[in-house]
Amino acid sequence: MYIRTQMGHQDKKTTTKASATERVQLGLAKRRRKEERFRKLSFAAVLLSIGFLVLLFASIISNGWPAFQRTDILLDVHFDQKVLDVNSLVNANYGKLVKQAMRDVFPEVTSRRDKRELYRLVSSGASYELQKMVTADPTLIGKTVSLWLPADDLTDMLMKGKIDRSLPEAERPISNKQIQWIDQLIAQKRLKKNFNTTFFQAGDSREPELSGIKGALTGSLFTLLVTLVLSFPVAVAAAIYLEEFAPKNKWTDLVEVNINNLAAVPSIVFGLLGLAVFLNFFGMPRSSPLVGGMVLSLMTLPTIIIASRASLKAVPPSIREAALGVGASKMQTVFHHVIPLAMPGMMTGTIIGLSQALGETAPLLMIGMVAFIVDVPGSVTDPATVLPVQIFLWADSPERAFVERTSAAILVLLMFLISMNGVAIYLRRKFERRW
Amino acid sequence: MITAEHTSINKVQYFNGLNEKEQDTQDTMPAFTPTTSSLVTESNVMTQETVGKPFVKSPRMTCREVNVWYDDKQAIMDVNIDIGKNQVLAMIGPSGCGKSTFLRCLNRMNDTVPICRVDGEIILDGLDIYDKKIDVVPLRAKVGMVFQKPNPFPKSIYDNIAYGPKIHGLVNNQTELDEVVEYSLTKAGLWDEVKDRLDQPGTGLSGGQQQRLCIARAIAVRPEIILMDEPCSALDPIATATVEDLIDELREQYTIVIVTHNMQQAARVSQRTAYFHLGKLIEVGITDQLFTNPSHQLTEDYITGRFG
Repeated sequence: MYIRTQMGHQDKKTTTKASATERVQLGLAKRRRKEERFRKLSFAAVLLSIGFLVLLFASIISNGWPAFQRTDILLDVHFDQKVLDVNSLVNANYGKLVKQAMRDVFPEVTSRRDKRELYRLVSSGASYELQKMVTADPTLIGKTVSLWLPADDLTDMLMKGKIDRSLPEAERPISNKQIQWIDQLIAQKRLKKNFNTTFFQAGDSREPELSGIKGALTGSLFTLLVTLVLSFPVAVAAAIYLEEFAPKNKWTDLVEVNINNLAAVPSIVFGLLGLAVFLNFFGMPRSSPLVGGMVLSLMTLPTIIIASRASLKAVPPSIREAALGVGASKMQTVFHHVIPLAMPGMMTGTIIGLSQALGETAPLLMIGMVAFIVDVPGSVTDPATVLPVQIFLWADSPERAFVERTSAAILVLLMFLISMNGVAIYLRRKFERRW
Repeated sequence: MITAEHTSINKVQYFNGLNEKEQDTQDTMPAFTPTTSSLVTESNVMTQETVGKPFVKSPRMTCREVNVWYDDKQAIMDVNIDIGKNQVLAMIGPSGCGKSTFLRCLNRMNDTVPICRVDGEIILDGLDIYDKKIDVVPLRAKVGMVFQKPNPFPKSIYDNIAYGPKIHGLVNNQTELDEVVEYSLTKAGLWDEVKDRLDQPGTGLSGGQQQRLCIARAIAVRPEIILMDEPCSALDPIATATVEDLIDELREQYTIVIVTHNMQQAARVSQRTAYFHLGKLIEVGITDQLFTNPSHQLTEDYITGRFG
């Protein structure tokens, strides 16, 4: 109906031969083709990104999954009274017990060289486990106990098929004899792949089979906690002031421009600042999550401020007017009405900022969080490292077994990120109010 | 931000998409943009004094020589008018004539616009409301406001009404608060419709109900004067009729100033009518007289539909 009236109108005015509808029809096919082309292109783009994502995850998961299992070796350990002096249980030679147990399994191995190769199948961490057991329960002395002890990372790699048996002996990190022994152990059911609890309970180690993610995970947790506690209130307060209370003048414009610029500053610059100010000037503890968190807060602040301001701006002015109209003060208007509505946006900004901080390595290198730290940090002032730095450290290690641990650490980092986002989504849902 | 508040001066149209049917398209321009008309030139408006009867015997508010500027643009020029007690004063005029701006001066809502500057005297209870000593919080409690678009808080119906009394400390306990909520909703003619769902969000009501909720919210703080900025422009005729009946009822207790584009509405609900044109108050008079026998040529042109 509409088209017809339009057409009639057109005819009266202009003297073109083709009517408007005909002209529309002419171009219609072309328009549709364009639309179709665009639709297909965008769909292809989405497919491509999903493809890359799948590729990434497949590679990380296939690489990292084996790290969640560790090969253990079953040994009959005789807690020899001769070796274990009751007065110095801590300093006793537990290695000797392990070696004895290994010799018991392979009585035919006699030469010194062969023995040394044989002992290498067990992790050096086995003796520590024995030490722990005996100091916890001295009644073990004199008894013989069958124990699952950690195998060496090379044994582990062979078990997981990461070492190619078909290679010539000289190109393998593991000798023919060792392979033979391992096969014997397997035949005796003395080798087994168990869930790798050490990975989640230990800090870093030079021995792959003894290394764990807990130190870095705790470090990341502490660092992010400091970052959250420092940056969220400061950033939200700054955003509220700038958006709701600050007069609009040259100074606030300048502040705004600088905040925006700050968001684009390379993160290592913040690390340098942290080194110069927090460590050298204020003398705060090196390598600590406290300083790491402070540096990361500096980096996160602009992100949260910008997101918070945007969400404050998005609150409809009619809500402000409604509150002012019933006589609420500026402060009441902001705190009772504007902030609750802006909260989901502010929290999204915070999570984006924290996710950035979680993945950040460069500034932390500057303040010494790259150190090799075995202990799991107990507080924010203990030396610590964080997940991305741990990943970097492991990726840098020559042992074959660290490859899978690197991927496993990435998986842990991703899980951390996903759970953080999960919490954010939950909080958003909880606080979200529609208007 | 500044631009957003600008456009909100005259008409708050942020709920686009919620109520698309009632868009008042002619009014989206900023308040201070004059509607140029071939009938009136700038000069002959400037030389006119207000005609009719701008003053009353027992005024509730008196406005003298009120001028409003947005930056260096003058939106209101030398307005002198009294607002009569327990009366409805309607303000009419073409888009951008400054009637909404003037209305918002009466409870200092223009304070939220940084570039807005007001001078002159607006006296309420013997005090100039623009005096430095005046706090806007009690002022706005005394002079309530209802906006063009219904803007309930995104809270429950109950909380919408309870908010004002709570922040002003008008109630001592829950029972009193319940009473205030019931009283306000009853006054606004909404009680019967919502009494069973007070805990449901106010935003879930229909447009007309929302506007009555906003009126109830304004009443809940026991104001003496209620300002209404085109309260019915987003409502359908049935909801409009309800709100108009309500205004008529409220007049017994409150002094009401209403801005409207609808001349029939002005004629129906008001006792006095003020006609604004290009920032000037052209004519004020008893509503019946103004509509039947306008003294000023511009008023006559406007009410007979020759422009605006």
